[in-house]
This record gives sequence, structure tokens and C-alpha cells, in this order.
Amino acid sequence: MIPVAPLLELEDVSITYAARDGDVPAVRGVSLTLEEGQTLGIAGESGCGKSTLAAAVLRLLPAGARVTGRLALDGEDVLAMSWGRLRAVRWSGASVIFQGALHSLNPVQTIGRQVAEPIVIHGLADESGARAKVGELLEQVGLPARHADAYPHQLSGGQKQRVMIALALACSPRLLIADEPTTALDVMIQAQVLDLLDRLARDLGVGLVMISHDLSVLGSACQRLAIMYAGRIVEEGPTAQVLRTAAHPYSAALAASFPTIGDPAARRRPRGLPGDPPDPRDLPSGCAFHPRCPVVLPQCATDDVRLRPVADAWQAACVRVAAP
Amino acid sequence: MNADLGAQPAVPRAPSRRAIARARRRESASRVWREFRRSRSGMFGLAVLITVVLLALLAPLLADAQGLDVTQATGDPLSPPTSGYPLGTDEAGRSVLTLLLWGARISLFVGFLATLISMVIGTLVGICAGHFRGWGGGLLDRFTDWFLVIPYLPLAIVLATVLGRSLFNVALVIGVTSWAGTARIIRAQTLAVSSRPYLERARVLGAGNWHQMSRHILPNVSPLIFANTTLTVAVAILAETTLSFLGLGDPLSVSWGSMLDSAFTVGALSTGSWWYIVPPGLCVVVVVLAFTLIGRTLEQILNPRLRER
Amino acid sequence: MPGLPDAPVAVDEAAVRGRRRFPGTDSYVLRRVLASVGTLAFVLVFNFFLFRILPGDPAKNLTRNRQIPQEQVDALRESFGLDQPLAGQFLAYLRNLVTGELGISYKFRQPVFEVIADRIWPTLLLVGTGTLIATVVGLRLGIRSGWNRGGRFDKVTTGTTLTLYSMPEFWLGLMLLALFSVGVGVFPGIFPTGGLRSPGVEPGSLEGVLDLLWHLALPVATLALAYLAEYTLVMRSSLIDEIGEDYLTTARAKGLPDAEVRRRHAVPNALLPTTTLIALNLGFVVSGAITIETVFSIPGLGLLTYEALRVPDFPLLQGLFLVFSVGVIAANLAADLIYGRLDPRVRG
Repeated sequence: MIPVAPLLELEDVSITYAARDGDVPAVRGVSLTLEEGQTLGIAGESGCGKSTLAAAVLRLLPAGARVTGRLALDGEDVLAMSWGRLRAVRWSGASVIFQGALHSLNPVQTIGRQVAEPIVIHGLADESGARAKVGELLEQVGLPARHADAYPHQLSGGQKQRVMIALALACSPRLLIADEPTTALDVMIQAQVLDLLDRLARDLGVGLVMISHDLSVLGSACQRLAIMYAGRIVEEGPTAQVLRTAAHPYSAALAASFPTIGDPAARRRPRGLPGDPPDPRDLPSGCAFHPRCPVVLPQCATDDVRLRPVADAWQAACVRVAAP
Repeated sequence: MNADLGAQPAVPRAPSRRAIARARRRESASRVWREFRRSRSGMFGLAVLITVVLLALLAPLLADAQGLDVTQATGDPLSPPTSGYPLGTDEAGRSVLTLLLWGARISLFVGFLATLISMVIGTLVGICAGHFRGWGGGLLDRFTDWFLVIPYLPLAIVLATVLGRSLFNVALVIGVTSWAGTARIIRAQTLAVSSRPYLERARVLGAGNWHQMSRHILPNVSPLIFANTTLTVAVAILAETTLSFLGLGDPLSVSWGSMLDSAFTVGALSTGSWWYIVPPGLCVVVVVLAFTLIGRTLEQILNPRLRER
Repeated sequence: MPGLPDAPVAVDEAAVRGRRRFPGTDSYVLRRVLASVGTLAFVLVFNFFLFRILPGDPAKNLTRNRQIPQEQVDALRESFGLDQPLAGQFLAYLRNLVTGELGISYKFRQPVFEVIADRIWPTLLLVGTGTLIATVVGLRLGIRSGWNRGGRFDKVTTGTTLTLYSMPEFWLGLMLLALFSVGVGVFPGIFPTGGLRSPGVEPGSLEGVLDLLWHLALPVATLALAYLAEYTLVMRSSLIDEIGEDYLTTARAKGLPDAEVRRRHAVPNALLPTTTLIALNLGFVVSGAITIETVFSIPGLGLLTYEALRVPDFPLLQGLFLVFSVGVIAANLAADLIYGRLDPRVRG
């Protein structure tokens, strides 16, 4: 049997922004794989590079960004694609669910036109066929089809997020990347949106990458979890294990900062981390996390540790994990 | 350690509030200057402006005032440039270069005066319109909008005709017809500033309206006023040129606009007396462009929204 | 079918449904029309007081320096209600306005209304054509230079438009006259030096129309160049403001080519502040007409203003001021209505 290429494959991907006073390394040597039908969560604080990574998949980064390494979608090298091929792959091969609550929708166009646009561009249907499909998509995400005639400002935040999901599904992509899909939404709506994404991923068999700073969001929706810090992946493994028995001190701290309701012991456990995430232009020596690490060892200031296997399909970049 | 108790080291007095504010303003001013220096167009505009102002101020030294006297003109009327008359002569035989230098003083003076009037009215109305809620502010608001709609030149013409022809009247007319644009911008900025928390606090602490406006709003609106003033001068000089061209300026003064009026009236175009038509207009273009470049550069530096990009 | 609770929809359903029962569009139009009427009222009041700020007897001022028999002065005083209290005068003024009575022009010895009506169409032709060209060209230039900000096209365009913007428009007219009417060096002097028609040409014929176009070419070009500078700069900065917005990233991610992202998404949004700013500057359009008609001797309202102020012909000036203001108010209303069509947010 011919081995099928993974849906999404990142191999040693680094992304650098060119700024006036020096380059900014936003992502440093990230490797990831996602198979069809899997859900992967990427967690981390602001500035860790996760959104940059998401944008890179479809080459949506601003002009001054340099991407190195291998980035493949269904076995095809995205970075080497011609401009025409890239435009064809965008939305039909993989699509991005942007934060709908912000200005991700054109304020002066109806929802229907915006959702129909990629369908028509990719030649999947003509104008009237696209209109019918838009109705279907809206109902799939729980919105009445007549909302196609509404403008973005007439919808609530939760509704706009659903529109973004419907939009992302318009060309039946094989990969969905959800960038902070629940940020700026009320908790009740958050739960609904996550439910929706989860069900859609299962029903349609698409691969789903969910990016968030909120671990509780990722914990419920993803099979695998990757934790990013300062442009690197510091831990990656099955969600339950990473959350409950994190191998990397940062993952542990991150998981601990989201309290478990109903667990009295959790209330008394110390939470949070001192300090701030490092400035990408001025990274600490050795392990980037060592200045804030609660279990730091002397060699952490000098030795930069890469990902090491913790168990089957689980790795962490900490010196405390036994060397291979 | 045995300290000499008699010699107490001087305890430095904590800097006064005003000193802190002044130091902060100095720092932000120098930051603005540093950024301004980086703009090529801004520096070019500034260089041109300084040159023109210098020339205008030095006019009495560079060109004898006698040269303006029609009765003492020695050249042939409307003759092309020669070594004696570098820019030729006008219809009375006066040196165009002399007229140009002295005209600079009038054009700039009226421009500045008109800007002063316009900015004072505009700032007052703008801050009050933005600060006073309720029907007082609303009325000022409406008033500003109405003035914005009225076309400036017909109004200026009517006013100038009614008030009579003098330098001050021209400046007044321009000031009165151009304040609305400034008022609108200042009002928007005042509204933005008013919603900031420290103003709420000041109000709660009992700060009266005048105090709020002068101590809190004005300093925060000042940078915008500064940028806007530069652009207003550009508009004012263009307006003065236009009004003088139409014959509404001071009949006894020479400005670039009045030179163009004379040139047009005596048919300099058909006689091909280009030295009479081109230089005054060119001077206006250069000066207005200089102010515009400076104003745009300042706007880009001082407008926080534009700076973020 | 997903059985998801969708409570928030109930609220917005009403909004979406309501949009059709009481269309927001109508209320916006109504509001703008009312605002324009309010501005018009202000202009009328302002106009009324304008020439009453003159010191002395208004009737004498109306007939300043003219040898008018006393009975005519008295008749004038009566028709303008000048011997009545201010309120009465204002009512007389309004009454006169409604009947089109704007006074008698000194210079032309005719009713102001007639004089203006005679000379209005060249101005409309000039200003209309000039503004149209300036808008079409200016917006395109602005879009192209704003989208590729900092490029060579942008630098050249911005430099040129800034210079044009700094030019007195009548001086630009003089320069164009020198180059293309009188002719200098290599430049052909092929256009007429002024006026609207050549003598002896039948206005209605094809030759007449061509002659008209030939005469209008330079003045329209001057007006268009003078205005498009502003439009280009405004469109450019509006587009630059849109470039960093998130919805454009969404558009690109969908697979749209760059030109389509610009055309379908960025430009419609950038047109909103552009329309507002252009509307604010409509007064300058009228002002430009005055000086350009003077330079090119186009017998329209602008040249009429110039002739009137030389006298000074107060009734005519006052009437012209009124007509210009009404014109600008109407144009502003048109711009407001266009804005209403472009931005769905003000309607609903």
C-alpha cells in the first residue's frame, strides 16, 4: 500500500520578521504532523508564534516575513508553490477560521456574498448554485439561511463566528485551521462554537488545527495538544496526558493556571508564573523558559534542549525528561 | 561613622508639577523633531520655508523700498529680464524682482494673520463644541457644520466687498471663512480626549469647565492644532492670493496675488510678458507646497492612528 | 440537522425582518434631507443679515453712488420692507425669495434672478464636466498610488498632486493658456484664449457643439487638474487606512488575486471616508469656478461674480451668494445620499 502523505506536515519551520531595528524570530524550528481526521490544539501565550504559524500555512504572512523549512499540505510543498497554484489551494485545500468577532468580515457586503465568493472563485458553482450552497452552509452552522442577506454589523459576535466557520467550510477543504475561534465570545457561546467545530470535524472528516491561549478550550476539543513557547514547541502529545501530567514545567504551569471548578484542592494550589514571555529579539540563553522555570537546573541557562520522547507519541523539550 | 551633623546635605526639592509637565513636553517635542528630521519631504519644506521667510524679512536690504513707488519707476514698462532688472519690469516700469520680494512680506503676513484668526476661532469653537454636551455643544456643532457647507469664496467676496479693502480686512475675511475645518478636527480630538479616564477624575475632583479645557484638553489637543495650523497657513496664503487676484486686496500694497491681478489686467499673457506672470505664481506654489509638506509630515508624526502602521 | 440552541438569533431575526418592514434607508434619506433644509434655513438667515451689517441706510447702500430718483429709492425701500421692524423685513425677504425676487442688479439694470438664470448653464457645464473628470481620474490615481504605497508610481503621483494642490487654480489656468493658447516654444497655441463661442458659429449645429468643446477644453482641463489633486490624495490615504484591516486577509485567504482583493473589498470601504471628504470640499469647486471663468472669460456665474464685485453690485452679489450656497447644499445632499447607498451601517 502506498503510504499516504500526512495532511499537514511542518518540518523545522522557522519564520522571521524583518523589522527596522533587526530581525524578529517569531517561530524557531517547529515540526508538526497532522493526519486526516485528527484534531490538534496549539496553545501558548501571546507572542509565542502560534498565530504566525497558522498564517504561514497558506502563505498569508505580511511581506517582510521569511519562512524556512518544509511546509507541506497533502504532500505538496506550500512554500514552493507557484502563485496560481497557491491561490487554487487556498480555501479549497485548507482554510482558516479567523476571529469573527473582529473585523474579519467586509462591513459593506452581505454575509451571503462573502460566503459565496470563494465558491464562485474556485469554480465550484455559478452564482445561483453558490447561493443555494450558502444557505446549506449557514444551516450547517446553526444559522437561518435568510441571514445571507444580513450585513456583519447586524449580527452578534457568536453569529459572526459561526459565519466564519460556514465560510471556512465553503469549498470543502481537507484542513481547517481555527485561529482563536472562541476569543472575545461569551462562555456559553464558546461552548456552542466548540461543540460545532468538534462535530463538523468528525462528520466531515477534516483535519482540524485549533489555536488558542485558552487551554480549557483546547482540552475539550483536541485529540493532541502542542504547547508553544518563544517560537518553539516545548511539548506535544495526547491532550489528556499533556494536561494532567505535563512533562514540561511550562505546560504544567499553563495547565495549572486554569482552575478546575469543583475541586477544592485546586483553589489552594499555587497558580500562575512570574515574569512575562520573552521578547523574541532578546531571548534568554540556553532554554528560553529558564528565567521563569519553577524547577530550573543550573545547566538550563546554557543548554538548549530540543524535543525528547517522553512516551509513545509524546515529547517534551526539557532537560528533566530522560535523554533518549 | 561620625557624620558631621552641622553640614546637612541639601535635600533636593521634589520637582514641581509644572516642572514635570514641562520636562515631559520638552521630551515629546524633541521626539517629534527627531522623527521630523527623518522625513525628506518635511525637511525640504522646512528649508524652503526658512529661505522664503528670510528673504521676506531681508527685503528692505535686498531691494530698495523706492522700487515700489510707481512715480519713481525708471525702467521701461513690461520689458523682459536684463542685467539691471533680473526679472524684468511691470507695466509701470518697476522691477518685478523688487515687487516679488516685498510682495512676499504681504502675502506671508496676511497668511499668518488670517491663520491666527482662523485658529483662534476654530480652536475655541472646537474645544467648546467637543466639551460641552447638551444643546450648547450641539448648537456649536450645527453652527460649525453650516459654516463648512457655505462656499468660502462667494462668502469672502461678499464680506470683503462690504468691509472694504484693507490688509486687515482680507485677513479677517479669510479667518472668518476658514475656521470651520479646524473646529471640526479639534472637536473630534476633544471628544476623544474627553473620554479618557483622567478627565473623569478631574471632573470628580471638582475641576471647573475652564480648568478642564485649559489644563487637560488643550495640552492634549495642542499637537494636532500645531499640525493643523501649518496646513491652514497654506490655505490662507492661497486664499489671499485669490482674493488679491480678484481685486479685493489692499490697493496700496503689493502682494503676489495683486501682481497676478495687474499682470492679468494689463494683458501680460497676450504680450508674452512671462516674467510678470510666472514668478509670482511660482512663489505661491513653492511656499504653499512647503507649508503643506511640513503639515503633512507633522500630521503623520502626531496622529497616533497613522503612526501605528 | 444540528439541534443547537440559538437564542441570540431571536433578537436579530427581528432586526433582519424589521429591516424590510420599516426600511432603514428611508429614515436615513429623511434625516439627510431635513439636515439640508436646516442648513438652507441658516443660509437664508445669514444671507438676510449679510448686507444689513452695512452701516447706514440700507436703501442708500442698495443704490450706492447711483443717481436714482427718490421715488425709486422709496419704492425699493417699500418692496424690501426697509421701513419696517426687523421681523417685518425678514418676512418681506422670505416672501421675495419665494417669488424669485432677488432685487435689481445695478450693473445690468435687470432683475437679479434673470441675470443669474441667463448665465447659469455655462457654469453648470464647466463645473459638471470638470468635477466628473476629476473624480474619475483622481479616484483611479489615488487607488493605484495608495495600494502600492511607496512605489515609483506613488511617489511621482503624490509629488505631482501635492504641487497641483499648492497651485492657485487661476494661475494654472494662466499657464495652460500660455502653453496651449498663446503657444510657447514647442507648445502649440491651438486653443482659444477665452470666451465660450467663436463669432459667426451657429450654436445648434455640429460645428457649434465642436466649437463649444474647443472653447471649454482648457478651462475644464484647469478645473479638473485643480480638483483631482485633492481627490487623489484623499482616496490614497483612505485606501492606505484600509490596507491593514483583517477582512482583507480573509479575502486573500479565500484565494482572490491581489487586484480583486483591492477592487471588491478594499476600495468599496475606502470610498466611504473619501465620499465624506469630497463632500466637505464641494465649496471649493464653486470657488474654483469663479476664478477660472474670470481667466478664461467664460460667461457663467463665476465671471458674473467677478463683474459684480468690481462695481460693487450688492443685490447681484447677494443673489449669487445664495445661488452658490444652494448649489453646494444640494451637492452635499447628493453626496450624503450616495454615502447612504455605499455604507449599509448608516441605513440599518
